[in-house]
Amino acid sequence: MIFGSVKMAMADQTNVKLLGMWASPFVRRVQWALSLKGVISYDYVEEDILNKSSLLLELNPVHQKVPVLIHDGKVICESLVILEYMDETWKGIPLLPHDPHGRAMARFWARFSDEKLEPNAWTAMCSEGEEKEGALKRAIEAASKIEEQLIKGRRFFGGDDIGYLDVAMGWVACWLPVWEEVGAMSIVDPARHPRITSWAGDFLSHPLIRTNLPPKDEMVDYFHGKRKRIMAH
Amino acid sequence: MSSSSPEVILLDFWPSAFGMRLRIALSEKGVDYEYREEDLMNKKSQLLLESNPVHKKIPVLIHNGKPICESLVALQYIDEVWPGECPLLPSDPFARAQARFWADYVDKKIYELGRKIWATTKGEEQEAAKKGLIECFKLLEAELGEGPYFGGSSLGFVDVTLVPFYSWFYAYETAGNFSIEAECPKLVSWAKRCLERESVSKSLQDQEKIHGFVQEVKKRFGIE
Repeated sequence: MIFGSVKMAMADQTNVKLLGMWASPFVRRVQWALSLKGVISYDYVEEDILNKSSLLLELNPVHQKVPVLIHDGKVICESLVILEYMDETWKGIPLLPHDPHGRAMARFWARFSDEKLEPNAWTAMCSEGEEKEGALKRAIEAASKIEEQLIKGRRFFGGDDIGYLDVAMGWVACWLPVWEEVGAMSIVDPARHPRITSWAGDFLSHPLIRTNLPPKDEMVDYFHGKRKRIMAH
Repeated sequence: MSSSSPEVILLDFWPSAFGMRLRIALSEKGVDYEYREEDLMNKKSQLLLESNPVHKKIPVLIHNGKPICESLVALQYIDEVWPGECPLLPSDPFARAQARFWADYVDKKIYELGRKIWATTKGEEQEAAKKGLIECFKLLEAELGEGPYFGGSSLGFVDVTLVPFYSWFYAYETAGNFSIEAECPKLVSWAKRCLERESVSKSLQDQEKIHGFVQEVKKRFGIE
């Protein structure tokens, strides 16, 4: 097995460690979930993605990306895999619903968000001309499909309280507005997507989420910088 | 006495590696189902368009009238609804996380690399895809370790996710003029071991048949 237990060579013995990056939506998902599960004290290691640490490369040789969760020496990569691991390991607030069909729906829409909305929103932000138009169109279509999924009268994807799909979609409430600003574009529009807009507001003001958000101004600066670097190539 | 067995329908397309995953899983679990062939080369059925309005793709598992789309989502659903027979995921959360990680890896890499081999003309893109595919397979061989399966002593989630692509090996090899077995003998012997199970042998397609299908697609879309 490539991923096995890791000998904690580090002096500290905190049993939960997260390798992350402050502006990564995938890392923040894991932090939101840790909060929901009541895992308050964990070791957080900030990675410099332009200069990845040997620890990151050793723990995630396959993708070389954050987030990486280390729990009692066990290494878990890929944010949605981490969320499922957390749900099975820490009791307390369940992330996924109990019934298999509900779980399948949550997993389907989390994948959809990651495969259709996020990459297109990102490309639209970091490109121009035809490429931007195409990506923007696909991103808006994806947002509209998600809009249809939100059930009227329910505050969150998880029902009355936030769950797996709210955590997975949370980047839409927090990152997407920043990307829209940086890319001078509109993907989620209150007129076209009233339910997503309303859900986003409720999500961001949730007690466990509102204290766990990256600073907006710094995000705008950071993504302006990224956009510039990408478009210079 | 009314039958209490749930009604299961699988919307599928015979060469699809993703559909094969569900055929294997349903067979392992001993679930009776109705297989419905979608004529993807010509016209998608109304049921498919209604059951999967988001992607309009197969496979779609319809259980008691409710559709489940995306093969890995459906695999987990099958494992949860019919837990008794042949569990696909292990019970330990960390082992489950490893299985999900590798299934996700297969899903992200293999189909796309394979497609770049058979659906493009010879050149840089195809060469890069061949190299990429072999690298992925070698990584998977390392993960397989002693085996005999990715799931350990029995067929598991990663086995079911990956083995259908074995049906496509001859198509990849012919298009790319290379031998997967020469580079990754351990993977090929793992695939053959899986094929010894009836659930796999009756779900996978003959490699020649897939090759024939690829030739037909290339002709239709004018790919040399």
